[in-house]
Amino acid sequence: MRLDRRAFLSAAAITLAGCAAQPTARTASSQPSRGGRLRAAFAGGGAQESLDPHLANLFLEASRSKAMFDKLADYGTDVSIVPRLASTWEADKKLSTWRVTLREASFHDGRPVRAADVLHSYARIADEKRTFRAKANLALIDLKNSRAIGDRTVEFVLRRPYAEFPNVLAAFGAYIVPEGADEFSRPVGSGPFVFGSFQPGRSLLLKRNPDYWDGAPYLDELEYLIANEESARVNAVLGGQAEYAHDLTPATARTHQDGGRMAISRLSNSGMQAFAMKVDRPPFNDPRLRQAMFLLADREQMIDSVLARAGQVGNDLFGKDYQYYAAGIAQRTPDLDQAKWLIDKAGAKGMKVQLDTSAAASGFLEAASVFADQARQAGLDMTARPGNKDTYWADVLNKGVICCYRSGAMPIETHISQRLLTGSTTNATKWARPEFDALYDQAVASPDAAKRGELYLEMQRTLHAEGGFLIWGFADWLLGASPRLRGVANAPANTLDWARFDKVWLA
Amino acid sequence: MSLARYTLRRLLLGVAQVIAVATLVFVLTEALPGDAAVVLAGDIPDEERIAQLRHALELDRPAAERWAGWLAGLARGDLGVSLVSGRPVAGVLADGLPPTLVLAGLTLLLLVPISVAAGVAAAVRQGRALDRVLTTVTVGLYSIPEFALGVVLVTVFAVRLGWFPPTAVGAPANLLQQPAVLVLPIAVLLARPVCSISRLVRAGMIDALGSGYVVHARRLGLPRGRVLLTHALPNALAPGAQQLARTTDWLLGGVIVVESVFVIPGLGTLLNDSVAARDIPVIQALCVVFATTTVVVNLLADLAAYRLAPGALT
Repeated sequence: MRLDRRAFLSAAAITLAGCAAQPTARTASSQPSRGGRLRAAFAGGGAQESLDPHLANLFLEASRSKAMFDKLADYGTDVSIVPRLASTWEADKKLSTWRVTLREASFHDGRPVRAADVLHSYARIADEKRTFRAKANLALIDLKNSRAIGDRTVEFVLRRPYAEFPNVLAAFGAYIVPEGADEFSRPVGSGPFVFGSFQPGRSLLLKRNPDYWDGAPYLDELEYLIANEESARVNAVLGGQAEYAHDLTPATARTHQDGGRMAISRLSNSGMQAFAMKVDRPPFNDPRLRQAMFLLADREQMIDSVLARAGQVGNDLFGKDYQYYAAGIAQRTPDLDQAKWLIDKAGAKGMKVQLDTSAAASGFLEAASVFADQARQAGLDMTARPGNKDTYWADVLNKGVICCYRSGAMPIETHISQRLLTGSTTNATKWARPEFDALYDQAVASPDAAKRGELYLEMQRTLHAEGGFLIWGFADWLLGASPRLRGVANAPANTLDWARFDKVWLA
Repeated sequence: MSLARYTLRRLLLGVAQVIAVATLVFVLTEALPGDAAVVLAGDIPDEERIAQLRHALELDRPAAERWAGWLAGLARGDLGVSLVSGRPVAGVLADGLPPTLVLAGLTLLLLVPISVAAGVAAAVRQGRALDRVLTTVTVGLYSIPEFALGVVLVTVFAVRLGWFPPTAVGAPANLLQQPAVLVLPIAVLLARPVCSISRLVRAGMIDALGSGYVVHARRLGLPRGRVLLTHALPNALAPGAQQLARTTDWLLGGVIVVESVFVIPGLGTLLNDSVAARDIPVIQALCVVFATTTVVVNLLADLAAYRLAPGALT
C-alpha cells in the first residue's frame, strides 16, 4: 500500500509541478562568491542516522562525512585514486609494506592530524567486535605490526603483497578521526565544515572551516535537511526551502529541465544497472543460457524505458570509463535469433524463471518488468517476482536464480575483490573459479601497472564471455538545484567531488 | 453501577487492550521478513556481519524472552532503547511528540467552531444556495483521500502560488515558530472531519428547527439568534459530539499520512521509519502510545455520554 501511494504521490507531484513551472531567465555562470547558507535536501534514515563517519551507509551520511572528515585518499572522477590527507605513498619491493606520508592538516579543535590518528581510525574500523562498512576493505592490513614513524608517516604492514593498496585508503567510510574518538554527538574532524548543531532525522547545521587544508569553502554555512520522498525534495527546491535536492528520478528531471526554476545536474556514469545470474545453480549454470540472456537483452530499450534516456548502455562489464576498463571489447547488440537458438540448445524453451526485484533501488521494478518481457519474446517464461525492499540485498545474496542489481562507483579491482572471488563476502553471482582467483592474486601482486592492466583485461574478457553479471546500463545521477547554486561538479556518485559542498557557491 | 466503579472497570479493560495491541504488533513485526540486523547490513549482506549485528542487538535471543523482557520493562516504565540508534526510546518518542501534538491539537481546536458554523449555516438556509454550495463542498471534500488532497494543496498553494511552504523541510523544531508550515497540513487534516461533523450538525439542526419547542419559542417572539443558539443548537450537537471522539481516533491515522506528505518529523514519520528499520522497541512504544490514546478518548466520550444519559450505560 505504502509503495502504491508513494508512486502515486511522486507521479502526481511531477505532473502537477510540471504544469506550474514558469520559465525565468537563467543568469550566466559567475565568478565564485563567498558567503551564504546552502540547504541540501537528502533522503535520510530517521533513527538510523549517525554522525559517526565510520557508520556512514546512506548517501546522506557519506556526504555529511566528507563535509566534516577526510580520508587519506579518495576516488577521482574516473575512479582513479587521488591523494587527500596522505600526500604520498610508496611500497617496498615486495608490495607488502607501504609508507604513507601525511600532509600538514589539523582537526577542528586545532590539533594536527598525526600518524597516531590514522592508526586509531583504522583500528576502530577493523575492530573484530564491530561491524563497520569499511572493515572488509581494511582486512588485509596487519595493524598490530603497522606503526607510526614520527607524526607524519605511517608504515602499514600488509598480510600479503598488494599493489592496489591506495584503493584501501580511499575505501567508502575509511575516514580519519582524532585518536581516541569513539563518540560522535559533536564530531571533530579535519574536513571543510565544522559541526554546528544536529537534530537526528531533521537537520544538521555545519559552519565553514576557515583553516581547511584544501582551501576554505565559499559557503558560510551548510545545512543538511531530510526529505525522504522525492516529491518533497523537489518541492523544497521549488518552494525556496532548499537549494539542492539529491537523487531525482529521470521523469522529474525531464519535467523540470527546461522550466528555469530548478537546474538539473546529470552526473553521468554513476550507477551500474545489472541483472545478477547465479552461475552455481540451474538454470544459469549453463553458459549457453547466460549467453542467450546477454543476447536477448535490448539495452537501448532498457535505457529508454527504465532510465528515460538518463544513462548509457553497458557491455556486461563493470566500471565503464574507469581505470583498467576493457574498452576494446566490442559492444554487445541484441540478437534475438541467436538467443532463441541458444535457449533451445540449453533445453530451456518455455522454462519458468523468476526474476527477483524490489523497490530497494529506483528503477528495479521497471527494469524487471521490461526485461521479463524481452526474455519472454526469446522463449523463456520469465516473470518478475517483487520482494521486500528493506531486506532485499540479504534475500538475493544466496536465494533465487536471477535478480536486479546495482552498484555505485568503486575501482574495478574493488568490484572484483568484493564480488567475484571465491571468498568474496557479497558474491551475488556465485562466480567462484580458482583460475580467476589466481589471475587476481597475480595482478595485485604485480608492481607494474601495465602488467596489472593486462591481467585485469584478461579477467574482464572471461566475465564478458561467460560471467553472471548482465550489465545493461550506467545510469546518470540526477540532482536538482536552485539556479543560484554554482560549481556543482559532474562526478559519479561516491567519488570525491559528488555531493561535495566546499567547492560550490551561491550566486 | 456507580460512575467510579464503571471508570475503574473500563480502565482495567483499557490496560488489557493496550497490552493486547502491543502483543499483536510484536507478533506481526516478528512475522515481517528480515530483522533489524538484515536491514542495517543493507547492500553488503555479509553473513558473518549480519550474525554479529544480530548478536549485538540481542536479536539472537528467543522472541518470547525478548517479549517478556519488554513487558517487564514497560511495567517499570522503561521503554528500552532503539535497536538502530541505541538511544532510549522515551527520548526518541519525546522528539517526535511535539509536532504531532501541535498538528492534532490545532486540528481539534479549529474543528468544532468551523464545523458547527458550517452546519448551522447550512441548516438555517436549508434548500437555498448557501446550503447547496456547502453540501456540494462537504460531500466532495469528504470523498478525497488525505494524501491526494495534500498533493493538490501543495501544488496549488505552495509551488504555484507560493503562499505557504510546500513542506516542513528545514522548519524550526518548534513548528509554532513558523505557523505558515502548519496551514496546509491542518487544512488536510480538517477536511474530512469538518465535512462529517458539519453534516451531522446540519441534520440535527434541521430536526431541531422543525421541532415543537423551537416553533413555540418562535411564536413567543424570542429573537431568532437566541432561538438558534440556546434552544436548537444544544440538541443538534449530540450526534456531532459522538463523531468528535471518533475523529480523535481517526486523527492518529491521518497524522501519519499528513506527516509523510509534508515531511513533518512527528510520531507518524517515526512509525514509518521504525517499521522500515524493524526497530521493534520503537514500534512497540508507539503502539502503546496510540492504543492508550484511543482507549482514553473513547472512555472520556463514554463518560460524557453517561453524564448526558445515565440510563444508557451498559
